[in-house]
Amino acid sequence: MDPVLLLDVILLLLAVAAAFTAITLRNLLGSVMMMGIYSLLLAVIWADLFAMDVSITEASIGAGASTILLLMALTRTGTRERKSGDHSLPALIVVVLTGLVLIQGTSELPRFGDPEAPAHRHVAPQYLAQQVPKVAPPSEAMGPAPQPAPVGEDAPGNFGHHVPNTVTAVLAAYRGYDTMFETVVIFSAGMCLLLLLRPLPRKQEESIDE
Amino acid sequence: MSESVVLRTIGGMLIPYILVYGLYVQMHGEIGPGGGFQAGVLVAAAFILHSLLFGPTGTMRLLPRWFIDLSMSLGVLLYIGTGVVCLLQGGYFLEYSVLDRTDPAAAEALGITLVEAGVGLTVASVILTIVRKVQGVSP
Repeated sequence: MDPVLLLDVILLLLAVAAAFTAITLRNLLGSVMMMGIYSLLLAVIWADLFAMDVSITEASIGAGASTILLLMALTRTGTRERKSGDHSLPALIVVVLTGLVLIQGTSELPRFGDPEAPAHRHVAPQYLAQQVPKVAPPSEAMGPAPQPAPVGEDAPGNFGHHVPNTVTAVLAAYRGYDTMFETVVIFSAGMCLLLLLRPLPRKQEESIDE
Repeated sequence: MSESVVLRTIGGMLIPYILVYGLYVQMHGEIGPGGGFQAGVLVAAAFILHSLLFGPTGTMRLLPRWFIDLSMSLGVLLYIGTGVVCLLQGGYFLEYSVLDRTDPAAAEALGITLVEAGVGLTVASVILTIVRKVQGVSP
């Protein structure tokens, strides 16, 4: 068996075990720690799949920032989970059904790592070569598949190997609008937080106390 | 605020390294893995560590609230501003190659660097804001 695949399977099993433990633990501090371990395991899996950008994000956001946020929330709520009631049977049925539908959906996906998969055949080779003109001529803009781009240092949209990390090139240049609105989404999240949790003016505070 | 001398000494030594690594991920995003988003989180992590070790008020003095709020908006403004400059130069919105007509490839790299810097600023300050709100630090 392929050792890399074996390693992936072991890591994924560990991740599932960590996730399960995080749900079942009554001690919330332990739960948060298991969530951090789960994210760290996922980060290792992404690194193993050569998805380094995703790996860094998972390690910093999943294992780092969100763990710290949850820990800070715990300092205000207490670390023991209250004994909850019975489990809901309809909820279990809905969850199992949704899971089965999702598993059924994966049967349509191309085989794992298939080099003939559409994702690898359509525009990816041109993105990797960084030879896609970002602004297509108006007549071809709506075409089904991009035309082979002009090749050479002076071709429009050729980065000339200035941006060797394809992920950055795709995120910031080819998908510049997406990234811009993602930034705006994060910005508006911060704005909403500032507006919702701003300290109340003195007058309002008094009226609430009454 | 940590009472432990060991934590405060070792953690304090770690903070500059985390900051430099964050800046490296920011600057090196076009070549290696990473970019503005990851770098923003790393820089924020350094200041979160600072506030855990030396207390939220110390970090508040270091990075006052107006500064965080300003850099939050400045990041988005930098991103959109880069696009607008491309428009003013006669190109399309976010078409970086028009930033420098003599060397379009370098202009692409410049545009991507500016845009990633904007993402990094916004992400770092939003995460710091979230942490401050959870910590319950009043401005």
